[in-house]
Amino acid sequence: MTRNPKRAAGETPLVEMDDVSISFGGIKAVDHVSVDLYQGEVVGLLGHNGAGKSTLIKMLSGAYQKETGEIRVNGQTVDIQNPRDARALNIETIYQTLALADNLDAASNLFLGRELVTPLGLVDDSAMEAECRKIMGRLNPNFQKFNEPVSALSGGQRQSVAIARAVYFNAKVLIMDEPTAALGPHETQMVAELIQQLKADGIGIFLIDHDVHAVMELCDRASVMKNGQLVGTVEIDDVTDDDLLSMIILGKKPGEEAA
Amino acid sequence: MTDTTSQPIPERQKGNLFQQLELDLRLLGMIGAFVILCIGFNILTDGRFLTPRNIFNLTIQTVSVAIMACGMVFVIVNRHIDLSVGALLATTSAIMAVTQTQILPHTLGMGLGNPAIWLITLVVGLTAGTLIGAFQGWMVGYLSIPAFIVTLGGFLVWRNVAWYLTDGQTIGPLDSTFLVFGGTNGTLGETTSWLLAALAAALAIWGLWGARRAKAGHGFPVKPAWAEATLCAITAGAIFGFIWILNSYHIPKRRLERMFEARGETMPEGLEVGYGLPVSVLILITVAVVMTIIARRTRFGRYIFATGGNPDAAELSGINTRRLTVKIFALMGFLCALSAVIASARLSNHSNDIGTLDELRVIAAAVIGGTALSGGFGTIYGAILGALIMQALQSGMAMVGVDAPFQNIVVGTVLVLAVLIDIIYRKRVGAK
Repeated sequence: MTRNPKRAAGETPLVEMDDVSISFGGIKAVDHVSVDLYQGEVVGLLGHNGAGKSTLIKMLSGAYQKETGEIRVNGQTVDIQNPRDARALNIETIYQTLALADNLDAASNLFLGRELVTPLGLVDDSAMEAECRKIMGRLNPNFQKFNEPVSALSGGQRQSVAIARAVYFNAKVLIMDEPTAALGPHETQMVAELIQQLKADGIGIFLIDHDVHAVMELCDRASVMKNGQLVGTVEIDDVTDDDLLSMIILGKKPGEEAA
Repeated sequence: MTDTTSQPIPERQKGNLFQQLELDLRLLGMIGAFVILCIGFNILTDGRFLTPRNIFNLTIQTVSVAIMACGMVFVIVNRHIDLSVGALLATTSAIMAVTQTQILPHTLGMGLGNPAIWLITLVVGLTAGTLIGAFQGWMVGYLSIPAFIVTLGGFLVWRNVAWYLTDGQTIGPLDSTFLVFGGTNGTLGETTSWLLAALAAALAIWGLWGARRAKAGHGFPVKPAWAEATLCAITAGAIFGFIWILNSYHIPKRRLERMFEARGETMPEGLEVGYGLPVSVLILITVAVVMTIIARRTRFGRYIFATGGNPDAAELSGINTRRLTVKIFALMGFLCALSAVIASARLSNHSNDIGTLDELRVIAAAVIGGTALSGGFGTIYGAILGALIMQALQSGMAMVGVDAPFQNIVVGTVLVLAVLIDIIYRKRVGAK
């Protein structure tokens, strides 16, 4: 695996989160953390439950508003107040909870908030179902339940809908919050292939995952968090599984003496 | 991963008659229950229940609650509740009564019977209803006060604002043109009703055809042609049948004589004139069609259902759920005002107790019609059928001579039973 050419060339990162913080009820959930992401790069975010990974990323996807620090996209400082702002910047998110409306069908969920409409301004269900069939044919050929509410789907099928929603709209930055948590081995492999393909398309991906092996396999760099603070960001090629584990558990960068 | 072929579209499956017609089983069940109810009462009343006269009265009595029930579907689907609709109806009715009998004719000197009074009154009333609804929605959406509390407060506030505005007095008679919205005083007559029926049938068939073409255009399976034709025939038959019944209710002879006398003519011997479609029922039908289109074919409607299904998902999808709440309650307020127009015009005056207990009837109609209080599910036609079933029960029992306490006991029991049946049905078909 080679280092990311864009980063090697010293180009402006796709996304920079610079010194951002947020606290809930006096507890610093994210404490002055800086991470960045280049085009065609996968950056893993690791840490225990409650380390602040999801919270950090929700400030980028617009679900939370940062209290300090700055977010830059292509070098431009941006103000992300809500999920609409993030979507307008082509930042798409696959949430851990999938964020699907269970009572609606796959196509309605895929286009939720961005419905295709007829010239009269009415929602065009047939066109959306046709588009949904196209992208599902690419992502998950086993998917067939187009006319049922997504509550009737299996975990993997629901995941496909959430993934389709993120990749359909020309994402430049993709945030994946534990995308394989609910999946079987076969479906996990499909997500891994998808990540490789999206990366080849030049999309930058933040991947939150508990599985150190998955991160070692899929990511170019990894940022490790503990207790709301950034332990460090490392090149995957430079570290071993054990190095990452000790960063997660002990909060020490490789080479530092464990206290 | 690289092939770009679309997901194959499965062959249309053969099924039983209902599946071929793609009819909603729940809808059929409700229509079935309604028909059985009507036939039952008809037997008990020796054929007095299913007369054109009683059906005419039943429809105009249902309109007010049914219109509000349409709005309540959106409120409940969005996981809220509105306990203030009856009180809001009273306040808007009071505002309109004062506007048309005091402010416009006397304070502004337009004089009684001025032809512009009804229109200005309507605009004032509908605007007031919308604003009050939007205000309550703002408190629910932006101040995060639970809708139950906001509208429970509203229930007390608006009921008594109405009292204060009118000093508790009955205000009437209302403007003569305004009374057209009430029912008996405003019907379209036989010819116009038939023409409207033809227009409605044509529009319905055009709608069914359009939906079929849109599906076929994307290569999706469509119903067999005979099934589509059967649906068209049933729809057209229902429309013409309904108008035929309303046209069969003839204006009583004495009343007709007075109408001719008022115009300075004498009534020809043996003349029979049918009422035709009441204006209020036409308004209900329009509301039902518009609300159904909003629910199924607009972004606004899609967002209401999405938010009801999963509020967090809706928010994360970029839907402004706070503003959505304001819009829903504003629409509810508008419909309350519209119901106030019809209710006060039907009584030909504003009385202090107008709309009392309507909030419960409206919620019951929506729930009997299959709207889930947990949010995310509900239909407009269901709510209207629910309102019809409640009204049929009420007037049927009154005609049979059931004691007043038992009437309410039965209505309450039916409400709970209807929800139980709905829960069992949902479990059977595997939907949540």
